[in-house]
Amino acid sequence: MRALIAALLLAAAAPALADSLMPPAEYADTQLPDPAQERQAKALMETIRCLVCQGQAIADSNAEMAGDMRAMIRQRIQSGETPEQIRQWLISRYGAWVSYDPPLEPVTWPLWAAPVLLVLAGLWLARNRFRRRGRKA
Amino acid sequence: MRRLILWAPLIVFAVFLAVVAAGLYAPTDRVIQSHLIGQPVPDFELPPAIEGRPGLASADMRGGRPRLVNIFASWCIPCRAEAPQLAELARRGVPVDGIAVRDRPQDLAGFLASYGDPFRAIGADNDRRVQLALGSAGVPETFIVDGRGIIRHQHIGAIMDQDIPAILAAYEAAR
Repeated sequence: MRALIAALLLAAAAPALADSLMPPAEYADTQLPDPAQERQAKALMETIRCLVCQGQAIADSNAEMAGDMRAMIRQRIQSGETPEQIRQWLISRYGAWVSYDPPLEPVTWPLWAAPVLLVLAGLWLARNRFRRRGRKA
Repeated sequence: MRRLILWAPLIVFAVFLAVVAAGLYAPTDRVIQSHLIGQPVPDFELPPAIEGRPGLASADMRGGRPRLVNIFASWCIPCRAEAPQLAELARRGVPVDGIAVRDRPQDLAGFLASYGDPFRAIGADNDRRVQLALGSAGVPETFIVDGRGIIRHQHIGAIMDQDIPAILAAYEAAR
């Protein structure tokens, strides 16, 4: 019975974008006063994945947690951290998955090599085509 | 060989379709495990979420005894569902600490009054800084921290009846 109630509660909770009753964090949607710092922060936010609305960057997400992450990034940039330090901090907690800027490592090398391989395959196909045509003429 | 090359684009397209279809029918809804398991709890010091009760600091987790740290919030519906299981864990002698995420004291007091209060201490994580530092991606989540402050186990989502043995085992293993 308890499990049933719990299941019903969970079912009721699933679609709701659960948000707290507190106001959004100070820097969630407020730019930093220094335009250069804001530019750095924005560039980083565009490459950090939202944890609750996976598939969106935190820069684009309306989730409260994404707002908190934006605020954290802005404050840390303001206090002098580099975007790369913050990215590494997040990766050390959530894994490389949290970053939309995948590092070059054994797991990701197909990702980086695929375009090169496809272009090479295309060149090879084209070369064969041109050769054949050349012979005919 | 020529035959094969003629068919190759169609085959590539079929593979592409299969990948897209698989992704549509079974979208990846990933559970994000914290990468801090096996590592020390990051330093933090949270003020009390409820007046007159202790807050929560990472220093509390190096007291030689393992602890259970529950990340929750009064606005989180599954947290209500796991309340009886947390009470059961507390009854079995597991020290339960809480981190209340973005919670107003009046809402939290109402939550504890309605769903029970197994917490020794509750820290107020109003800007989610500690939740992010722990590598937690939502509420509720539960961590088991051993007596030296090393994170040993993470449970993601509400603790249900069937999860209690695993959590007790992780607690015992952390002793």
